[in-house]
Amino acid sequence: MSGFASAVVTFPGSNCDRDLAVAIEQACGGTVHRVWHGDAELPSRLDFIALPGGFSYGDYLRSGAMAARSPIMRAVVEAAGRGVTVLGVCNGFQVLTEAGLLPGALMRNAGIRFVCRKVPLTVETSQSLFTSGYSAGQRIAIPVAHHDGNYFADDATLDRLEGEGRVAFRYAEPVNGSAREIAGVLNAQGNVLGMMPHPERAIEPAHGGSDGRALFESVVGALTSA
Amino acid sequence: MKVRVSVSLKNGVLDPQGRAIHHALDGLGFAGVRDVRAGRLIELDVADDTSDAALDEMCRKLLANMVIENYRIEKVGVTA
Repeated sequence: MSGFASAVVTFPGSNCDRDLAVAIEQACGGTVHRVWHGDAELPSRLDFIALPGGFSYGDYLRSGAMAARSPIMRAVVEAAGRGVTVLGVCNGFQVLTEAGLLPGALMRNAGIRFVCRKVPLTVETSQSLFTSGYSAGQRIAIPVAHHDGNYFADDATLDRLEGEGRVAFRYAEPVNGSAREIAGVLNAQGNVLGMMPHPERAIEPAHGGSDGRALFESVVGALTSA
Repeated sequence: MKVRVSVSLKNGVLDPQGRAIHHALDGLGFAGVRDVRAGRLIELDVADDTSDAALDEMCRKLLANMVIENYRIEKVGVTA
């Protein structure tokens, strides 16, 4: 849709920003702005903000910790509060938890090793603007590539997430030790999603699969039909 | 003023790095190590009149992730 406006944020050390921008261009269309971490403001009238994977600030202190305190994140937190749709993938998920937009934390993988492979996921809910293009219970395959993807939250938080339908994706097999095999979570308002798997790496058959495409199409569908 | 902030994982939070270190110590033949927890030590040099509340806020806002970590602040001396 031509009026659709999105932004991909680049932090020093981001390395999936271009892939994410290309995926949004292809699956959502419209204009994709590229925004730098040191910018204090986002482009006006944005529909969609995406935080990419990578190793922002060299993963110093904790993965995502420094990026979450960068100037652009104040604008992202403010935009999310206004209801703008925000997606964080991999390091972007870590940034969202560190910024307090999503509950929990992403710790070192339980098996210590970096995990880099395509993993099976179960779509837990189709009742979100990110997952309406899937059906609940659908099995999809999306690549992961991370060292710190072990999702942790206390039991009360996990119960609340599950009770409110805020677990978007679950690993269909053990991958990194995540609590209750959680791979992606939504905020309470449903306009912020963080996930460790990389949907932007599964957009077209040449990627070895296109199961990630429906996520971007869901976003543009939800926002342009509203 | 020199301040030492020790950041450690909360009890009950799985520590894969500590477990790997434990395993390596076992491999080196050190018997009797019951448990290993890995943490982080951050040394600050701050103005002498920095308040306890400000130090606390530094820890809560950045140095520790309160979801998974605890912190301990220790003042180790006045800067010469």
